[in-house]
Amino acid sequence: MKFAVIVFPGSNCDVDMYHAIRDELGEEVEYVWHDADHLDEFDGILLPGGFSYGDYLRTGAIARFSKVMQEVVKAANAGKPVLGVCNGFQILLESGLLPGAMRRNESLKFICRPTRLKVENNETIFTSEYKKSEIITVPIAHGEGNYYCDEETLQKLKDNRQIVFTYENNPNGSLEDIAGIINEKGNVLGMMPHPERAVDELLGGADGLKLFRSIVKTFRNAVVV
Amino acid sequence: MYKVKVYVTLRESVLDPQGAAVKHSLQSLSYNEVSDVRIGKYMELTVEKSERNVEDVVKEVCERLLANPVIEDYRYEIEECVAQ
Repeated sequence: MKFAVIVFPGSNCDVDMYHAIRDELGEEVEYVWHDADHLDEFDGILLPGGFSYGDYLRTGAIARFSKVMQEVVKAANAGKPVLGVCNGFQILLESGLLPGAMRRNESLKFICRPTRLKVENNETIFTSEYKKSEIITVPIAHGEGNYYCDEETLQKLKDNRQIVFTYENNPNGSLEDIAGIINEKGNVLGMMPHPERAVDELLGGADGLKLFRSIVKTFRNAVVV
Repeated sequence: MYKVKVYVTLRESVLDPQGAAVKHSLQSLSYNEVSDVRIGKYMELTVEKSERNVEDVVKEVCERLLANPVIEDYRYEIEECVAQ
């Protein structure tokens, strides 16, 4: 399976993402610059964390209009798996691929530490390797991860089981403890915690690896059938 | 040419943690009259005349980029300037 790690000016988790895919997962991966005009050769798209365009105006607001984002939308519409982590999640929200928006953390502080997450939905292409309601430890590192959406949208998220990860102890004030959501179609996942930073026991835990394994497994099964 | 002032603030229904922190700080300085603070952004745009209506252009840039309608409201003032 071949992954693209999209790199914007100001991305800073791109190398971690690349390492997770190539060295820990053992799959093909390439960096793709933000002005790329096609993503056809890739089977999965990864939007890494960081501070694209310095977080100017709003997090993700400028990146969302970069050239490659049109291709990311195309890939998402074609059903390819698209994962946005941290700033990647913020970009997916700004681009409208996922509903809602991010506010400053309730504490107004940048928070960087491991968090315990509950897998709310393990029947997605990103979470099939996790057990139902499994508790996993994945680090967060953000100043704006306080998820918000209106009541109608929240009800839709609940009805369609689009809330995939929640925090056990809400660190940022996020609505309903939301840490990660998926689109209605089930192929675009955004999450504030960093699974790519939890892929090796040596570095404090490997709970994030199952997320990437889930994507690959679904892809392989689809290809074989 | 037009000078445009754009104000972007969080919607009333959205909690503003920065505004709340500043309000508490003001109240601790004994400015108890200050009952609420909302923090927002202020932008100045210079817009050249074109075949498009200036107000349409300003509305469009606010909706598309300057504000996020999910959590933010915006308002603007347009002033026509005569080039010197």
